[in-house]
Amino acid sequence: MALLEVKNLGISFGGLRAVDGVNLEIKEGQLYGLIGPNGAGKTTIFNLLTGVYRPTDGTITLDGVALVGKKPEQICHAGIARTFQNIRLFKKMTVLDNVKLALHDQVKYSLAESIFHVFGFKKAEAEMDARAMEILKVFELDGQADFLASNLPYGKQRKLEIARALATNPKLLLLDEPAAGMNPNETEELMKTIRFVRDHYKITILLIEHDMKLVAGICEELFVLNFGTELAHGEPSAVLNNPEVIKAYLGN
Amino acid sequence: METFILQLINGIRTGSIYALIALGYTMVYGIAKMINFAHGDIIMVGAYALYMLWAVVKLPLPLAMLLTVVICSVLGVTIERVAYKPLRNAPSLAVLITAIGMSFLLQAVSLLLFGATPIKSENIVQLKGFHIGSIMIPGLPMLTLAVTIVCMIVLTLFINKTKAGRAMRAVSEDKQAAALMGINVNRTISLTFAIGSALAAIAGILYLSQYKSLTPTMGALPGIKAFVAAVFGGIGSIPGAMLGGILLGIIEVMAKAYINSALADAIVFGVLVIVLLVKPSGLLGKNRIEKV
Amino acid sequence: MNRKKKLSGKSLILFRAAVIVVLYALIACVVEFKLLNRMMLSLVIPVGINIILAVSLNITVGFLGELSLGHAGFMALGAYTSALITLNVTGLPKLLTFILSMLLGGIVAAFFGILIGMPVLRLRGDYLAIVTLGFGEIIRGVINVLPITGQAMGISRIPKYSTYTIVFIVAVITILISMNLLKSRHGRAICAIRDNYIAAEAMGVPITRYKIMAFSIAAFFAGIAGALYAHNVTFIKPTDFDYNKSIDILVYVVLGGMGSIKGSVIAAVVLTLLPNFLRSADDLRMVLYALALIVIMIVNAGGYKDRFLEKYREKKIRRKAEKEAQ
Repeated sequence: MALLEVKNLGISFGGLRAVDGVNLEIKEGQLYGLIGPNGAGKTTIFNLLTGVYRPTDGTITLDGVALVGKKPEQICHAGIARTFQNIRLFKKMTVLDNVKLALHDQVKYSLAESIFHVFGFKKAEAEMDARAMEILKVFELDGQADFLASNLPYGKQRKLEIARALATNPKLLLLDEPAAGMNPNETEELMKTIRFVRDHYKITILLIEHDMKLVAGICEELFVLNFGTELAHGEPSAVLNNPEVIKAYLGN
Repeated sequence: METFILQLINGIRTGSIYALIALGYTMVYGIAKMINFAHGDIIMVGAYALYMLWAVVKLPLPLAMLLTVVICSVLGVTIERVAYKPLRNAPSLAVLITAIGMSFLLQAVSLLLFGATPIKSENIVQLKGFHIGSIMIPGLPMLTLAVTIVCMIVLTLFINKTKAGRAMRAVSEDKQAAALMGINVNRTISLTFAIGSALAAIAGILYLSQYKSLTPTMGALPGIKAFVAAVFGGIGSIPGAMLGGILLGIIEVMAKAYINSALADAIVFGVLVIVLLVKPSGLLGKNRIEKV
Repeated sequence: MNRKKKLSGKSLILFRAAVIVVLYALIACVVEFKLLNRMMLSLVIPVGINIILAVSLNITVGFLGELSLGHAGFMALGAYTSALITLNVTGLPKLLTFILSMLLGGIVAAFFGILIGMPVLRLRGDYLAIVTLGFGEIIRGVINVLPITGQAMGISRIPKYSTYTIVFIVAVITILISMNLLKSRHGRAICAIRDNYIAAEAMGVPITRYKIMAFSIAAFFAGIAGALYAHNVTFIKPTDFDYNKSIDILVYVVLGGMGSIKGSVIAAVVLTLLPNFLRSADDLRMVLYALALIVIMIVNAGGYKDRFLEKYREKKIRRKAEKEAQ
């Protein structure tokens, strides 16, 4: 059975049909790419999957659990974490605290313990620190754990977003243009990291990307979206040579 | 029945002034996307300006009124240029605090200049009332209502039919896109503040004509209530501001008359809370979707 | 990044305890031996109360990043609740009655914070600010008509139970709790909502619950401050807790630097004492407060402070390098 099953997904904003009749199946452990021209509705699909928007039609099922109608934080608990196209870090918090925030639901203690710093507080915080540092190490951010997130260079901010999403312990990780604004070397490095994350944490990844090299390099399956509907899906080599897809990207 | 109708007229009188202030509020909120807390205090400035020009300097009334409107417009534009413009990309918390600071500044300066004791003014406009059956309809509230309706119609025409109005609508939709289309965003926002403040000046003139008393804090509460009215009617909607203002005035006066005058303000704010919970877009407003 | 060596664990606790004891000894000396004139001495308790108000409002404005314009309303709830209790409960020792009345005042305020918060905190920014203002006025309006609260006349002859020791202890507890809260999972969630609520939601933070939490903790301390206030001035009336009072507290928080507990404390102390030096220029004080609010916001937005700190840091590093070169 597929980890994520999306059936007949659609949403209208007023008269505009931003996403229409999308069917998507992602198997566990897959590295799946969602591509399409600008304005095709890729980010809208992410917003539908994570509960930011409520779909007008269709169903979303993760690991057998229906997600439509759930709030973003409940969907996060169900096992979907995401990054954002326009980076959304907690800028006035430290790099470490950004990740520890994401551990919020895994290491718990009560408000009383928070206020008085007693009982399990110290142990829980130490555990959070350890787990957060472990994730930061994967992204080579452990050296900057005490920096404010806003003081990181751009590329590292993107990495921190992935680290933070990963810390929520998701089954499915959604990456919205992770390589945007990176140079070829950084992209290369990022590809390695993404693959490592998938293998090491045994999770499934769905990513939106414009960088065809990255997409072709790491994705095992692609879904092409155009004007909110499916244009093609399948293996990267087949999809990227599909004349319809080439037409959508390059015009006639 | 007669007292009820009298109260209703009272409500319309109060409501018309709220509506006039709310028109300015709704315009500024719709275009600059901020609550201009100082908007209410511009009414106060307008009232003092009229009093000074007419009762102290002894200018002819029409000239004094015209100058009052000009003074308030210039003040509104200056406030925007000096205090709000540097914060256009700042978080709404910062803008709000600045606006509160501006409101306080106007009050404090007027307190410094004129003192806290209320200044009494003579009658500015004398209008005879008229009878409908046995009920006496006073003239001034009707004039206020008429002025408000005229302002609303002119404003609607301006925004829908003129080039500057079109620019305003464009800026309200998307500042950056408007700028790319060759619209001078700064000038458009200034114009918005000028018109909004002019409306506040007119409200100040009408307020002074009716209540004949001046204090530095006279504008604060009507200002906040007018904002409630704007939200009630649907923020950004001109007919909404009108409707919200009149309804709120009637609610307030009725609460004073039939429930408890000390509770009237609480009831007005209760209306705000209920509107925001039940229909945050207000009576005539549109829903907006936030982009992620 | 260039950081001070941090104290941690036991040494931090010891250091803090020492600071608290020294401060208390200092205040006790000043008050007991009347080292200042009478007017200044009469301000010791108000300073403490304003610290509690500022630090608690800072939780909403500085940590959560939402403007609350109804803090005085919560203060009123605490003041009236506690005054009614100490006036009507007899038979218990005075101090116990006072402490219980204070706690109940805080709890009533927090309860209203939750009650108000549940429907309202779904709103954000401008709307939330105006609704908190509205609620502050509603609370005041209701107090104004209830017979039990003495209507517009207020309540008088409240016993003068607030001593500088009690106020000092409560202020210290308030400060410590806010500091602790800030460095905990709950505090992180609250700050995350401030920094980016969409991301916070996506990371599994239930926004409304944490907003209510921040709001009601702030309301609780405002209620306690109200209780201390009532038992210091011994006479309370609805106009003591109007919109202007809320703004006064906001001025402390903004001038102290939003999000900075230390700043809130310092601003509350300075701005409570300052007017008494400028007594002749009371009207001017209002102008200065208003100007300060505006200027601070504009300067903050322009990033002047950050640029200044950056320059300062550079200078420090350069000086260090020069020293090493010598």
